[in-house]
Amino acid sequence: MATTYGTSDFRKGLRVEFDGDPYLVVECEFRKPGKGSAIYTLKVKNLLNGRVLEKTFRSGDSISGADCHDQKMQYIFNDTKDWHFMDPENYEQYAVSKEQLGDLWKYLVEEMMCEVTFYNGNPITVTPPNHVELEVEYCEPGAKGNTATNVTKPAKVQTGAEIQVPIFIKIGDVLKVDTRTGDYIERVHR
Amino acid sequence: MCSRSTPERAIILSESTGKSGGELRGAAAEALRLRARLLAQAREFFSQRGILEVETPLLSRGVVVDRHLDPPVCRYGPAAGGGENLYLQTSPEAAMKRLLAAGMGAIYQVAHAFREGERGRLHNPEFTIIEWYRPGLNHHELMDEVGALVNLLLPEQSKDGTWEKLSYRQLFRDRLGIDPIECGAGELGQAAEKLGVELEGEFDWKDRDAWLDLLLSTRLQDDLGRERPVFVYDYPASQAALARLCPEEPRLAERFELYIDGIELCNGYHELLDAAEQRTRFEKANDQRRSDGREPLAPDERLLEALESGLPECSGVALGFDRLVMLALGADSIDEVLSFPFEDV
Repeated sequence: MATTYGTSDFRKGLRVEFDGDPYLVVECEFRKPGKGSAIYTLKVKNLLNGRVLEKTFRSGDSISGADCHDQKMQYIFNDTKDWHFMDPENYEQYAVSKEQLGDLWKYLVEEMMCEVTFYNGNPITVTPPNHVELEVEYCEPGAKGNTATNVTKPAKVQTGAEIQVPIFIKIGDVLKVDTRTGDYIERVHR
Repeated sequence: MCSRSTPERAIILSESTGKSGGELRGAAAEALRLRARLLAQAREFFSQRGILEVETPLLSRGVVVDRHLDPPVCRYGPAAGGGENLYLQTSPEAAMKRLLAAGMGAIYQVAHAFREGERGRLHNPEFTIIEWYRPGLNHHELMDEVGALVNLLLPEQSKDGTWEKLSYRQLFRDRLGIDPIECGAGELGQAAEKLGVELEGEFDWKDRDAWLDLLLSTRLQDDLGRERPVFVYDYPASQAALARLCPEEPRLAERFELYIDGIELCNGYHELLDAAEQRTRFEKANDQRRSDGREPLAPDERLLEALESGLPECSGVALGFDRLVMLALGADSIDEVLSFPFEDV
């Protein structure tokens, strides 16, 4: 059952509905001239197509919550078009398209547990763990002894994605990568 | 200055925002030290000018009725029930004017003020005001005194030690090409739409002041005072609050605000002296509150009595001290300068 949020409930992270689409509140600013009327400005991201809109409200206004829920699911495989996830409780499978994933396909490794967001019963987005470990399948060799981290080169990892890594990284290294920014964090010793 | 990477006291929010170290909630010790230094400097400024520090009660039986300000209400009485409701002040204005009417002369106060529902990057429901009154000064003369205080406390923002004065009307004409006094609500709405304001919910299209507030706070304010402090003065009479109307143009009121780096720092008036006019404004504000769906508030009868007995010609101004500390610190959020933000009380 969708809830209604009043302006005093507005905050970052709420999932709301406009014109039949689910949106995530990514920014919420309360503005009020000292002696004037309060204005709430929300930046909302469309959970279906990623578009960001700015919406303005006055106190007392309200918005409908989006009928969304998250579920822990295991990523099992992809057929280059869809990425397939399984509910470990009942083995039900759901497909999320590459378009819906955006850049996130780069970080999805088989058997990884992810949070899948459902809207009106359909999976719409996936949130992988903030940090994932990816193995380097190919990269150019770096200069020996160069441990500088400010010079980077591309490395192809097991998911097929290219990650910018420091020069000293070699094939077979395991990288810790931030899925929110796509940035290399460190080399992991397994 | 505060180094955010090594706060001596930093309470980390449970949810990391992706910024290193997470989001600070509550001031670092260094911010509190800066706060204390600024307050000491401000007190010295007032003392040198012969302005007397006063203290007045936070609780009151009546308020300065404002359409958009909600004072928290406290119950005073035995725990078993009964007693009376008292308001926590939204500013020390009423009590300080009673002192002025009693002949105290130039006075200032560092006071806590309370405003229900005001919470955001620049708002905490309980905050600190420095408010002062200057008998014999008009609002332009008081603006100059505010400018001098800001020069002292925020040398970085003041740069060459000057400030700009821009009338409310000129601001809207220059930046938006609309006349905030002549334009009807419809025209203001169209201007907002052209500027890309996407409105949701119920908006009263006939409410000119709502449009003006919206345009000011979402389309003008962020650019104000980036080069040097900017005083915006002579507000529409519909937003006069406790300011007197301009004698030569009664559609304007002798009210001003100060903006620095897009932050509204001060609000001041060439004070209204007419008790009957003040009572009418309180009644009008209560009518608006009723139609906005808010509870009407009990007007401060003692303030009205004081006005009747005679308030000296004066100007007064309230300065948001927390925001001043924010500017001095380069803080993004008021939480960085408060010992305990609202969620932590």
